[in-house]
Amino acid sequence: MNRNLAIVPSYNEAEAIGATVASLRRWAPEFDVLVVDDGSVDRTAERAGEAGAMVLRLPYNLGIGGAVQCGYIYAQEHDYEVAVQVDGDGQHDPRHIHSLLGLLRDDPTLNMVTGSRFLDPGADGYRSSAVRRVGIRLFARVVSLITGQRVTDPTSGFRMTDRSGIELFARDYPRDYPEVEAILLMHAHRLRSREIAVVMAPRLTGKSAISSTQSVYYMVKVLLALFVAMFRTRPIKEGTPPPAGERVT
Amino acid sequence: MNVAVTQLSAALGQRVEVVALAAAICVLIFELVRRKHLMEKYAILWLVAGVTVLVLALWKGLLTTLSHAAGIYYPPAALFAVAFLFVLVMLVHFSVAVSRLSDQNKILAQRLALLQQRLEQQSDDVPPQADRASEPQDERSRTS
Repeated sequence: MNRNLAIVPSYNEAEAIGATVASLRRWAPEFDVLVVDDGSVDRTAERAGEAGAMVLRLPYNLGIGGAVQCGYIYAQEHDYEVAVQVDGDGQHDPRHIHSLLGLLRDDPTLNMVTGSRFLDPGADGYRSSAVRRVGIRLFARVVSLITGQRVTDPTSGFRMTDRSGIELFARDYPRDYPEVEAILLMHAHRLRSREIAVVMAPRLTGKSAISSTQSVYYMVKVLLALFVAMFRTRPIKEGTPPPAGERVT
Repeated sequence: MNVAVTQLSAALGQRVEVVALAAAICVLIFELVRRKHLMEKYAILWLVAGVTVLVLALWKGLLTTLSHAAGIYYPPAALFAVAFLFVLVMLVHFSVAVSRLSDQNKILAQRLALLQQRLEQQSDDVPPQADRASEPQDERSRTS
């Protein structure tokens, strides 16, 4: 068994999941592949199993946060040292996993590495729609301001964590639209994160978890969560149980 | 004198209706608890509300005295304010309860998925007899 785990949250991705798993097994063979089927109504779980992944089947749709956290709990209980989150729809190229792992290994003080679409302004690739980029830029501003370090792609779900990140996220992970909040959660627990430039592809199939009508709710919810998070106490050091106010509802 | 009599009977008539309403609330809540459709924990607040209405209806002048003491000179306004506050507190209380339930629900769903995966893996690659010996110790180390 590997010491590294690729967590692939997927919801109704039967058409793309097989290719995603195959590509992970090809380009990141030192990672075990765990597909978290978030209550799909199609054959996502079967396709993932056929492609050679381990599969967690949630009994109903929890949303991306609950699904990803389930993967982190698995990683924590099976003593994985490194976990990387990869979307099931083919947006995240597994060939980048090596650069993420390299950066995480090179700097032992680093706990999380996020693949950013915007770090390298010259690079091509998929960068979301214009409207969403405005939102992403706003979040990037706010998160950079709070954490005191430059964050360019706070909504990227392509990220790799070490053991302390796994333990933190297994215990506490935001429920919906978790990516932005998770950065602040790391910051609050005094874990260090950095970005690395990646190129993303437009999704092959399925549809985004966030429809355009939900975008406004997304913005308001995440901004509220960020604001509230600033008033939570920061634990002095990792490994101590979080205070009561730390629980995510 | 005739006017006074009509006023009195009108007031009495209204009071009878209010008393009936308060009694109906109390009976409804009691019945829901008896049939175990409502937990005592949540019933208490509603019973308090019902009894409050009952007391205010029976004890003539209490509402007027209380609202005047609070500086409100139109007693129904005081009643509305208290009722509104009560409903507000109840709704916040329920939002908290729903959030907690949803959180517990999420944890259950995750545990179920993890257990199911472990079971399927065991039946796939390990003969059940060989695995049984190691399992209890495994379980203890994980829950600790």
